[in-house]
Amino acid sequence: MANKPEKFIDENGLRLDGRAVDEIRPMTIEIGVLSRADGSCYLEWGKNKILAAVYGPRELHPRRMQKPDEAIVRYRYNMAAFSVEDRARPGPSRRSIEISKVSRDAFAPIVMTKYYPSAVIDVFAEVLQADAGTRTAAINAASIALADAGIPMKGLISACAVGKVDGQLVLDLNKDEDNYGNADLPVAMTQDGEISLLQMDGNLTKEEFKKALEMATEGCRQILEIQKEALKKKFASREEVVESLIEVDDIKLEEIQDEIEIIEEDLEACDFEEEEGIEVIVVKTDVSEPADETSEEEFTEFTDNEDSEIDETEDSEEEKVGE
Amino acid sequence: MSSEVMSSLKKDYIYNLMLKGKREDGRSFDEYRNITIQTHVIDKAEGSAKVCIGDTQVLVGVKLQVGAPFPDSPDEGVIITNLEMNPIASPDFEAGPPKEDAIEMARVTDRGIRESGAIDLNKLCITEGEEVWIVFIDVHILNDDGNLQDASALGAIAALMTAKIPAERAGKGEDMMMPIRDIPVGVTVVDIGGELMLDPGLAEETVADSKLTIASNQNGSISAMQKTGEGMLTSEQLLKAVDMACAKAEEIREKYLLSI
Repeated sequence: MANKPEKFIDENGLRLDGRAVDEIRPMTIEIGVLSRADGSCYLEWGKNKILAAVYGPRELHPRRMQKPDEAIVRYRYNMAAFSVEDRARPGPSRRSIEISKVSRDAFAPIVMTKYYPSAVIDVFAEVLQADAGTRTAAINAASIALADAGIPMKGLISACAVGKVDGQLVLDLNKDEDNYGNADLPVAMTQDGEISLLQMDGNLTKEEFKKALEMATEGCRQILEIQKEALKKKFASREEVVESLIEVDDIKLEEIQDEIEIIEEDLEACDFEEEEGIEVIVVKTDVSEPADETSEEEFTEFTDNEDSEIDETEDSEEEKVGE
Repeated sequence: MSSEVMSSLKKDYIYNLMLKGKREDGRSFDEYRNITIQTHVIDKAEGSAKVCIGDTQVLVGVKLQVGAPFPDSPDEGVIITNLEMNPIASPDFEAGPPKEDAIEMARVTDRGIRESGAIDLNKLCITEGEEVWIVFIDVHILNDDGNLQDASALGAIAALMTAKIPAERAGKGEDMMMPIRDIPVGVTVVDIGGELMLDPGLAEETVADSKLTIASNQNGSISAMQKTGEGMLTSEQLLKAVDMACAKAEEIREKYLLSI
């Protein structure tokens, strides 16, 4: 292990790695790097190398762990044995169990689990190389992997840490700052700046804590931009997105068809006295066609015509309801 | 931790009480239940304390052993904190190795002690690089009626303050008291529907959106924090929680710990 540096911040106010006190390390994000996973992300942040994957929503075993009204989220933070200077013992440690727990909680406010009752969404974060701030790096990667997997979320989670060296607050600690610093405050937040993970050890006064929280918020905002940029780069003009929209439309279509049947029954029971029309808007998408050509709407009217009936053609572009 | 199943009625009840500025047992939001700390409860342990907060009961024992230091701190003693959620303490606890709740609680308790510098670890060095004292802090949960975290932290520091290092028994010189430099106190703040409260009872803990444990020192600085639970907290809430926790920690320290 390297010896403790004499000073962490030079006379120009720069840190040992040349960063300003409120500057994060360079971060690069690659999306969709694992073919078997439903979503994946490789993230480098300084010397940290993190691989995150999402599997699911999938069936949860054992069944007694299932929640009948929502999916559960599992999060596994794991360090590769070779990721640190002194070999880490493989398997879960008390540290990694704790990190997994708080990271899972960090995602709880944004993952919309109600859509997948009884299912599980598995998030795996593997630390391939560790260089301070692995839990925040893993959360940033996992956030992207969840988005890549198409899990409905209210937004992204971004995370970074603030620490204290030489009595001064610094954003995104590097290894030496982490080892010899006086405080470490990892924070994860939503894009609205609400905090979903907060841990701290070391020594901070109340005033320092306030300042640190402001710095962390700014750091998370910067990371959010990097995350968004990576997602845009990957998914802008991708047909995948279009295809997934068609799937959604198919589900809607079934619901609409059910509704039409109900309306039809109602109509049969009704005796219209005035020429009052009921508008029914039906959107039918044909899976074989690109989605943008299928968004035509058909407006038809029900009147008190006795011959009310439904024209339904299985593979037609639109469903006509009327008489 | 507590039962997964909590009727939504109970949740509504606590939430509605909160809206009226009240709590289940009539306390104000920043009021603790009755705290009692008994020390020297276990003769065989080098230090011990039994802490009750309301009906919550926690027993903490400190044992010391001679062992090897960590390579990166050859002249410092070692702290090892372990916490067991015994099945005796709640119908929701199961026997077996510690689960993530217990591990988290142990680690938060540990951080409060370690990061505050409460123990002068250099004084626990016997021969540099070879022999140091290893301090085992074992937290035994006896009855879970909420806020185990604060009870554990309180028990840990109280037990340490009474601990005597058994040097004679180990043939390492004269017995001495545990070198205590600071008295950290952990205070947990829960967020229920946006309102912050201290010392959650079992039901409050179950319905809470999130919890924030803050350990603070004698000089009012913070030595450890941990947010638990699935909710979110705003910056304003955090700052308010820190103020509440530090003020209460000071009060608890004066009232219960300084006299030990």
